[in-house]
Amino acid sequence: MLEIRNLHARIAEDGTEIIRGLNLTVKAGEVAAIMGPNGSGKSTLSYILSGREDYEVTEGDILYNGESILELDASERAAKGIFLAFQYPVEIPGVATMQFLKVAMNEQRKYRGEEELKTPDFIRRVKEAAAELKINPDMLKRPLNVGFSGGEKKRAEILQMALLEPNLCILDETDSGLDIDALKIVSDGVNALRSPDRAVIVITHYQRLLEYIVPDTVHVLYKGQVIKTGDKSLALDLEANGYADIIGAAA
Amino acid sequence: MAAVQETIDQVKLIDVDQYKYGFESMIEMDKAPNGLSEEIIRFISAKKDEPDWMLEWRLEAYRRWVTLTEPDWARVNYPKIDFNAISYYAAPKSTPGPTSIDDVDPEILKIYEKLGIPLREQELLAGVKTSKIAVDAVFDSVSVVTTFKEELKKAGVIFMSISEAIREHPDLVKKYLGTVVPTTDNYYATLNSAVFTDGSFVFIPKGVRCPMELSTYFRINEKGTGQFERTLIIAEEGAYVSYLEGCTAPQRDENQLHAAVVELVALDDAEIKYSTVQNWYPGDKDGKGGIYNFVTKRGDCRGARSKISWTQVETGSAITWKYPSCILRGDDSRGEFYSIAVSNGHQQIDSGTKMIHLGKNTSSRIISKGIAAGVSQNTYRGQVSAHRKATNARNFTQCDSLLIGDRCGAHTVPYIEAKNSTAQFEHEATTSKISEDQLFYCLQRGIPEEAAIALIVNGFVKEVIQELPMEFAVEAQKLIGISLEGSVG
Repeated sequence: MLEIRNLHARIAEDGTEIIRGLNLTVKAGEVAAIMGPNGSGKSTLSYILSGREDYEVTEGDILYNGESILELDASERAAKGIFLAFQYPVEIPGVATMQFLKVAMNEQRKYRGEEELKTPDFIRRVKEAAAELKINPDMLKRPLNVGFSGGEKKRAEILQMALLEPNLCILDETDSGLDIDALKIVSDGVNALRSPDRAVIVITHYQRLLEYIVPDTVHVLYKGQVIKTGDKSLALDLEANGYADIIGAAA
Repeated sequence: MAAVQETIDQVKLIDVDQYKYGFESMIEMDKAPNGLSEEIIRFISAKKDEPDWMLEWRLEAYRRWVTLTEPDWARVNYPKIDFNAISYYAAPKSTPGPTSIDDVDPEILKIYEKLGIPLREQELLAGVKTSKIAVDAVFDSVSVVTTFKEELKKAGVIFMSISEAIREHPDLVKKYLGTVVPTTDNYYATLNSAVFTDGSFVFIPKGVRCPMELSTYFRINEKGTGQFERTLIIAEEGAYVSYLEGCTAPQRDENQLHAAVVELVALDDAEIKYSTVQNWYPGDKDGKGGIYNFVTKRGDCRGARSKISWTQVETGSAITWKYPSCILRGDDSRGEFYSIAVSNGHQQIDSGTKMIHLGKNTSSRIISKGIAAGVSQNTYRGQVSAHRKATNARNFTQCDSLLIGDRCGAHTVPYIEAKNSTAQFEHEATTSKISEDQLFYCLQRGIPEEAAIALIVNGFVKEVIQELPMEFAVEAQKLIGISLEGSVG
């Protein structure tokens, strides 16, 4: 599903190189965890995959379903099924969550040449997905993310993910700012979306989230490169021993 | 910062092509020679077949006007206007004054059709979903037709052009004209009093709820003219009316002047809701041409428990100088001002309101949303005052500005004055930019940039849009979208 080949990327504004020859393959149906110390380029990678223009790819390629996506802008990538659950979801004042969902779903359908959703169909889908995530219907009437608690924001992210039905889901530190109950709800939401034709990339600092969203593969990112790949036991290792050994071995 | 840079680049390309109403129509006109003098005023008055008192009123205003100097306190810059280079009267030869729909020049009807304003009543009725709206169509200096007049008359409502009202209801006009905006009020209002040509007159008698929305559609068509609109709306005790005003003009390289005066009078328990969608030609991408919109609008809550509400969506004009205000004279009266002012390209807007609290327990609310793009300047200027006897006056003001790009400006100039210690005034102001983060978030959800900006802007103005009558709300949202087209990639 996703193949990143020798990717080099830098911050467009000042030219600082963040990703330095990164290779990563994620297959359909796979849940891949990306871990790594602060500043290793985890969040940057999520932005580059989703097409944020603050970063420039200088070398290498990103293949999604076998095709390079480097020339596509963020909205095109989204419509093709790449979804990023933000670490810090952004407030959109005056735009009801419901309205935002409708615009997003219909814009994606438009891009793919599908018909717009009929209102009753749309409402039914939202209600079902919201109930799964224990989202209070009142929250859907409020402006998106405005005044939402940390838990509400993350749940709203997973709600969007469920409704937009992406093929590649990237979760950027979705566990940050969540208490244990909220973490369970969010993880259940993500697990419900696991399917043989969908891949999930989970970016996290902590093993904790991976107890709930159990990964197939774990990749350690350091200074813009994947320096070690393993299965879920690698995450446990890291939790117990820290990054020092792995970094030392790679250096 | 790529997205915003793109936005700025696009704003630079902003072009007149986006102004949909810029077409020019060839209509043979009867036009006054350029220049302003007592003779010209006599000419206008004679054209309108006015009684002597009206002519005297105009002349008095003119004699005063020549002693005044143009105000310069607003945050707008423009070359000095040569008032003698303007023609103060232009009327279609075929339809020199209000007539029945069958006698209106078909070419003029076509223009209104093109503007999306059907004037034939059967067409209006055929327009299925919408409720009925009566229209007074003002073309340059004259009203050419007013629809649903008969039906309104049955309800006791008078809706006609001010020129007709001066002839047919002189007592009412005499009683109210100039009582809210006196001829001495300000430079442009005094000029208007001398040379006003047409506008609407509305009278809702005691206890009547006007059975339909009333509206006036102003079109400037002729070159080298000014339009001097005069509108007077009176709601007697317990009456209610909702009135809408729309305006457009052809795109030309020269600047044209629109100096209007609108007076509203609400007696005890009456309510007037006045909505404007102002879309005069804003000028081209280099700031050439466009309408100078110098307008005095004021409502007098003369009676107890009366209410006047102004809602405006300002997207047009090269320069806007406009402060729809409320005098809260009656005890327990209420004034409201809801405004969306969008400036793009080289547009300059200096707009706001005044809430003058005179009576006891009066309250007012101001919600102003300014959106600036391109190299435009967008100023909110407002005054809230409580006089000595205005016990328990209340005001809430919220002024929010949204900047698109980094070459435009937003300014807020509030004047607050309380002479009564029981007054409670609140003022909140914010300035924000559409952030990179917001844009990227929307894009990441599959919403293309143009749709994302429209979504964010519509969220920003939502509180005000909600105040517009339904039919206008949809129009206004589209219009805001069009005005900002080209400000996005």
